[in-house]
Amino acid sequence: MSAPVFKNPVVRWIDYRMPIFTFMHHQLHAYPTPRNLNYWWNFGSLAGIVLVIMIVTGVVLAMHYVPNSDLAFASVERIMRDVNYGWLIRYLHMNGGSMFFIAVYIHIFRGLYFGSYKAPRELLWILGVVILLLMMATAFMGYVLPWGQMSFWGATVITNLFSAVPVVGEWIVSWLWGGFTIGNPTLNRFFSLHYLLPFVIVAVVFLHLWALHRFGSNNPLGIDAKGPQDTIPFHPYYTAKDAFGLGAFLLFYAAIVFYAPNFFAEPDNYIPANPMVTPTHIVPEWYLLPFYAILRAFTFDIWFLKAKLLGVIGMFASILILCVLPWLDRSPVRSARYRPIYKQFFWVLLADCLILGLVGAHAPNDLVFPGLAGPVVEGVEAGGFQYVHLGQIATAYYFLHFLFVIPLLGLFERPRPLPLGIGQPVLKGAAHSHSQTMEKA
Amino acid sequence: MRRVVLAAAAALSLSFVGVAAASEGGGALPDRHWSFSGIFGTIDKAAAQRGLQVYREVCAGCHSLSLLSYRHLAGIGLDEDGIKAIAAEATVVDGPNDAGEMFERPGRPADRFAAPFPNEKASRAANNGAYPPDLSVITKARAGGANYVFGILTGYGEAPADLTMQEGMNYNTYFPGLQIAMPAPLSEGSVEYADGTPATVEQMASDVTMFMTWAAEPETDARKRMGIKAMLFLLVLTGLFYATKRKVWAALH
Repeated sequence: MSAPVFKNPVVRWIDYRMPIFTFMHHQLHAYPTPRNLNYWWNFGSLAGIVLVIMIVTGVVLAMHYVPNSDLAFASVERIMRDVNYGWLIRYLHMNGGSMFFIAVYIHIFRGLYFGSYKAPRELLWILGVVILLLMMATAFMGYVLPWGQMSFWGATVITNLFSAVPVVGEWIVSWLWGGFTIGNPTLNRFFSLHYLLPFVIVAVVFLHLWALHRFGSNNPLGIDAKGPQDTIPFHPYYTAKDAFGLGAFLLFYAAIVFYAPNFFAEPDNYIPANPMVTPTHIVPEWYLLPFYAILRAFTFDIWFLKAKLLGVIGMFASILILCVLPWLDRSPVRSARYRPIYKQFFWVLLADCLILGLVGAHAPNDLVFPGLAGPVVEGVEAGGFQYVHLGQIATAYYFLHFLFVIPLLGLFERPRPLPLGIGQPVLKGAAHSHSQTMEKA
Repeated sequence: MRRVVLAAAAALSLSFVGVAAASEGGGALPDRHWSFSGIFGTIDKAAAQRGLQVYREVCAGCHSLSLLSYRHLAGIGLDEDGIKAIAAEATVVDGPNDAGEMFERPGRPADRFAAPFPNEKASRAANNGAYPPDLSVITKARAGGANYVFGILTGYGEAPADLTMQEGMNYNTYFPGLQIAMPAPLSEGSVEYADGTPATVEQMASDVTMFMTWAAEPETDARKRMGIKAMLFLLVLTGLFYATKRKVWAALH
């Protein structure tokens, strides 16, 4: 990459002393990118844009929100009613959380399908997992701030998880709460951290991009770019492609904000928090449901490990296991397009995660097939296939997928032959046949 | 495989929506067509004003509306004098004055709707131990929204013979658990409408539900109007982006 020449003398003056414009030129303009990225590669930049929207709307909301357990609920409603366009800012922020997770989950599954986590991009992937964990913590604390019934009881359930830690558990919980019960100190610290963590996310996103730009994007074929014929400059090609994806995504986002702003919300969170009344079902936001299902799937003790502690370990392990995925997967082939068996299991994993989400939304003892229930006998636990059973099967598969299926596939799967290069000049006919297999897949 | 998973995903996302409503118990809610339904729907201001009358003459005896100020009523078409007149009928405790004492005065447009009871304990004491909920965001705070509110108001009836009713409770087909502490609030002619609309139970329930829907989301009409502009703008913008992308990439293909 040659150094760019800037016409503007001010730019030239600055760039000579601090080559920030040269840096931007190399990273955003000339940055060589595989020429064959499909629209699934849009979701990384979409997630980044949603993060910016969240920070901008969040900063404005924080100007009007009152982090006090007596005033928080009414202050949010005051934003909705009396602040100029407050309803717009708040609905953008509230639904922006869901949009962020939609973009990031698609981004993650794209990485799983095309093997983007494999060498040399392991650290890039791990930084992504760190971002996911930070997002979950931020989203959870943000959900507590309106101080509705689900805010309060969601916070109760999640903070109580730490009481499962042996010996110091109860102490940790009081420390998190800032008292002996959830209350004003808890709300205050959650607000403080909810403001802090997004900026930590921004910092890790920069590390994520740094690691990305070391080797560049993976691509649908999963093979390395062999030379200039395989890559194109990021600008204007991918700026134009990402802009179209952004337009489509914003249409979806706007449709939710303007026409179904409470689609992702629980009605119970419009009831002010009441420590004396527990809601019939305590459910987290949709994006945390699969993890909630894993948490509740552990209904049995193993040796000295209590069910509750196992649930907490299972929940955290379900995310942390992603960090070691690059070493669990021994297959040298990245893209599922050339891994016929892995491709099938990818869809099984996706279905498994959706089932876990469904389980998380139901009470554990609800019947999965109410029509097939046996006769109800007074005093006897309801028979039949309950959601907790489905959750246990799905949780078992989730871990088996990563701990057995993936390593075994690396040993026994016979991948299909890889193409020689990405660029059409090298492989014009073959590239054409690939695009056909893609449509059939 | 992929088709199966995507079809299952679509089915799942639909069933999520059903979860909340189905798990509450009580009968299937009435599915009414409201003037505010759909993307072009708006609040029927005449109905909302009648609903305000129902709220003030019937509901306000027990239910507060604490998140609304009288001045907000401009949103359903009341003029300044009308708002001042309604506010002035309320008695508000203000102060302390220069002598350090609290005093009572007539309400002003900037005041919040006066609550029927000073606190929850007083409310429970007057209502057989039950606490009539604040109605400010009631249509957002119940699964089913407007249909739920309308259902509760019209769902009273004789309890089936096999149902043992608790002391002081009333049978309502739409209430979770079927037994509600609130006695049937509306009866034929509970209010006398100034515009001559016959005050049937269904009419009053419909009107007050309209008012409650507006009260919960006063921005509804403005939101939908802006939504149309935003969607049209984004549609054109996305089209331009697509054309740009095609043109930029044409050199490569």
